[in-house]
Amino acid sequence: MAEIVIRNLRKEFGNFTAVKGSTFTIGDGEFFMLLGPSGCGKTTTLRMIAGLELPTSGEILIDGEDVSQRPASQRDIAMVFQMFALYPHMNVRKNISYPLVSQGMPRAQIQAKVAEVARILGIESILDKPVGGLSGGDRQRVALGRAIVRSPKAFMMDEPLGALDAEFREHMSLELRALHDRMGATTVYVTHDQLEAMQMGDKIVVMNHGVVEQFGTPQEIYDHPATLFVADFIGSPAMNFLRFEGGFRPGDRSVTLSGVEIAVPELHEEVAGRALVLGARPEHVTLTDAGQYRGRIEATEYLGTTQIVTLATANGTVKARIPSGQVARTGEVVGLDLTPSRLALFDAGTGRAFRTAANSGVYHG
Amino acid sequence: MSSYSVTEPSARSKSVAAVLVVLYAVITLLPLLWIISTSFKTGPDSISYPPKAIFSPTVEGYVNLFTNRTRATTEQLATMPPPANFAEEIVRKRNEVITGPSRFGERFLNSVIIGFGSTFLSIMLGTLAAYAFSRFKVPLKDDLLFFILSTRMMPPIAVAIPIFLMYRTLGLSDTHLGMILLYTGVNISLAVWLLKGFIDEIPREYEEAALIDGYTRFQAFRQVVLPQAATGIASTAIFCLIFAWNEYAFAVLLTSGNAQTAPPFIPTIIGVGGQDWPAVAAGATLFLLPVMIFTILLRKHLLRGITFGAVRK
Repeated sequence: MAEIVIRNLRKEFGNFTAVKGSTFTIGDGEFFMLLGPSGCGKTTTLRMIAGLELPTSGEILIDGEDVSQRPASQRDIAMVFQMFALYPHMNVRKNISYPLVSQGMPRAQIQAKVAEVARILGIESILDKPVGGLSGGDRQRVALGRAIVRSPKAFMMDEPLGALDAEFREHMSLELRALHDRMGATTVYVTHDQLEAMQMGDKIVVMNHGVVEQFGTPQEIYDHPATLFVADFIGSPAMNFLRFEGGFRPGDRSVTLSGVEIAVPELHEEVAGRALVLGARPEHVTLTDAGQYRGRIEATEYLGTTQIVTLATANGTVKARIPSGQVARTGEVVGLDLTPSRLALFDAGTGRAFRTAANSGVYHG
Repeated sequence: MSSYSVTEPSARSKSVAAVLVVLYAVITLLPLLWIISTSFKTGPDSISYPPKAIFSPTVEGYVNLFTNRTRATTEQLATMPPPANFAEEIVRKRNEVITGPSRFGERFLNSVIIGFGSTFLSIMLGTLAAYAFSRFKVPLKDDLLFFILSTRMMPPIAVAIPIFLMYRTLGLSDTHLGMILLYTGVNISLAVWLLKGFIDEIPREYEEAALIDGYTRFQAFRQVVLPQAATGIASTAIFCLIFAWNEYAFAVLLTSGNAQTAPPFIPTIIGVGGQDWPAVAAGATLFLLPVMIFTILLRKHLLRGITFGAVRK
């Protein structure tokens, strides 16, 4: 079990910089998510922690010890690969015991350990089968078994559910989380699936183009995105962006969009007139006839308990998540009500979120 | 009437294919059958005209292949003790006596040592080089690979004279080591290229998993990569062995007494009174066997190996 500290971590491949100076801390026993679109540097970061890539600069501290230039075999870390990477020429038992063999553990002890791990994962019956014919779920369990058998300091998981079909992913993600809660080991998990990250993670780092965009709990990241990128990436449908020109002063409690005053959380910054973005999650947009800010209904999508209504407004397209019972007819012009305490303001140029009364407690780098 | 299928060929195209395959097999196997049947003929039968397809088989050719003989008169034969073994018996029927073993056994052994030795060396060096090219950042990698390939761009015999002079100076002429090095030199580019293709296909994750599981790079290579490259290694080994085993021109040029391999020796088998065709055929038949056995043993790997990488999974 270990705390992992990442400081100014940087990785260059020739002219391409995959990771541009990341800094964050993974607490002992945390289920930590590295989230981002493909090519954002999340896998490279994971591989640097595991020791499969050496960083160009920066530090990786595991339990206070800088391991950034050490080979993988000396870091006492286990990894689950996306395609599982089970050794194809060994059976399940040999696969699971392979990490113990390298430590020179006596055979009887290895047998006992493997039996214990097989019991935890419920794979006792397949121990002597070749890995070739196993189902996706069993492969996943064997890969997990190979990782946990050594009781390493931390687990690295590179999209371990990516190779499974949708139905089974749901089940495995619960199993994985349950296993983590039981073992309490620090886990670093790479995914591009925001739902998976929100569902399983204690903490999330959102990366884009090699830069850490935000670092926090799933709630912080969902409720108070630090940048336009995070706001757009997390949530489905994504946060609505209402683009407008304007400025404000500390203490202001509203902004003006197309002549309509819209209440926002108390602002803590001073901004002269410039391009701004007002962010509102679809569930914080309600449709009322009385609302001053107007939009025309373009489309509706029925989702069972809720429906997604797409509206055209003076500041761009807005999606609202409203109860499916509420009547919304295409072509109708309706008023939009935005929940003031849940709105965010961004600088359209830099993408940064402005500090307000709502997000001041959770600020981020 | 059967329904039309996209994947299953029709009965007619199946039978056409079968006929073509059988025809091709007959055409390619005919010379082989001729050699094997000649090896079981007597001297006169082997050169009779029209050729004899049906004959009474004899192992005379094989006896001649392994022995040196001399003619003896009927009187001389009468004074001799009765023949000690069946070979002696066969020879005496033609008024000949065995004077000692021929050099075929020795030549055959040379072929085995040089053929398998150079194959082993090519595979060993080739696997290591291919692994390095496949996995590591090697400076000027593409140029080096092209350079390695370029050694195959001319027939090896084109450099026969420089090699002959070089070997003479270095004292490698007519030595086993010299021939092993020569065949290894010719085969290694093939080995590196073939094996690199195979190793490229093995996902890196396997080694990375082993590295994380606490193994060194070399242990990961030996315990994880090699077992999976077995198919590629087997098929590359067959290609290397076939070349080294059959090579004729260099063997004629560079070997004579000590390290001569079977190919230059077999055509020189001369019996008592002219070319001994059954013995030559017997030599050729025996010479075919090791490669045939080796190929059959590795057939499973070879078939997978040839089509390996053709379809990306």
